Amino acid sequence: MARMKFLCDAERCIECNGCVTACKQENEVPWGVNRRRVVTINDGIVGAEKSISVACMHCSDAPCMAVCPVDCFYRTDDGVVLHDKDLCIGCGYCFYACPFGAPQFPQAGAFGLRGKMDKCTFCAGGPEKDQSEAEFKKYGRNRLSEGKLPACAEMCSTKALLGGDGDVIADIYRDRVVRRGKGSEVWGWGTAYGPGKPGPTPPQQQPARKS
Amino acid sequence: MKTLLLVVAAAVSIAACGNREEIAEGKRSYQGKPDSQPWNNEPLAAEYRGGKWTKGDRASWETDIKARQLTQHEYKRIDQ
Repeated sequence: MARMKFLCDAERCIECNGCVTACKQENEVPWGVNRRRVVTINDGIVGAEKSISVACMHCSDAPCMAVCPVDCFYRTDDGVVLHDKDLCIGCGYCFYACPFGAPQFPQAGAFGLRGKMDKCTFCAGGPEKDQSEAEFKKYGRNRLSEGKLPACAEMCSTKALLGGDGDVIADIYRDRVVRRGKGSEVWGWGTAYGPGKPGPTPPQQQPARKS
Repeated sequence: MKTLLLVVAAAVSIAACGNREEIAEGKRSYQGKPDSQPWNNEPLAAEYRGGKWTKGDRASWETDIKARQLTQHEYKRIDQ
């Protein structure tokens, strides 16, 4: 059974923002809402500065689901965390609960009035008829129902951002780590999906010696 | 009779003051509309490209989406 997850390889992300643009374009995300964004980690530390692409991680034990006062969140059979915008009251509790800052709120009026929450749907639409206009307007494109993966992951030029079944993308990442011999840390996976089993230790690199 | 009417009136007037049934933490459930499953759709442009999965068959949809996921593995993609 598939369990959809995202994985961002910090060794590969070149901060091109292709994923952000792909998401914006594919789902016609409104102005002021960013379902996905690229952030810098270890900012200012020479040699340790990396970029990663962040959006809703569709957590195993999603805190947004736990705090929602109107219970508008649900998890699909593939493990994607979605919500019903007809039920959302835009309270913002999910935003405070989310460790990734994924929930976004479009401005719905004067004085910063918040609209209904919007977030990454793993390109799986929402609780409307699949591939309908209503689904697209509220939640964006339903690529999973078309047999496709999220636009951000498919658009990633360096394949830093992987999307799909957790086992499959973890295998892809493991292969990479073993080949390159470094960068086995996956940012956000422990927070989103629990500690799990430790991955393989990459082969130790021999320090360069000056002759 | 007057007492009975008073009792009934009192019962009706405080009927709305009761507490809602509380749901224990961890037993809350989704209150929104039901969603459909991705495998309950025809494959996109099936008439041109051929059906890659059978509508309603989850296993065939998962096989197809897994094949798509593996295209993210450039080492294997190059070897193909």
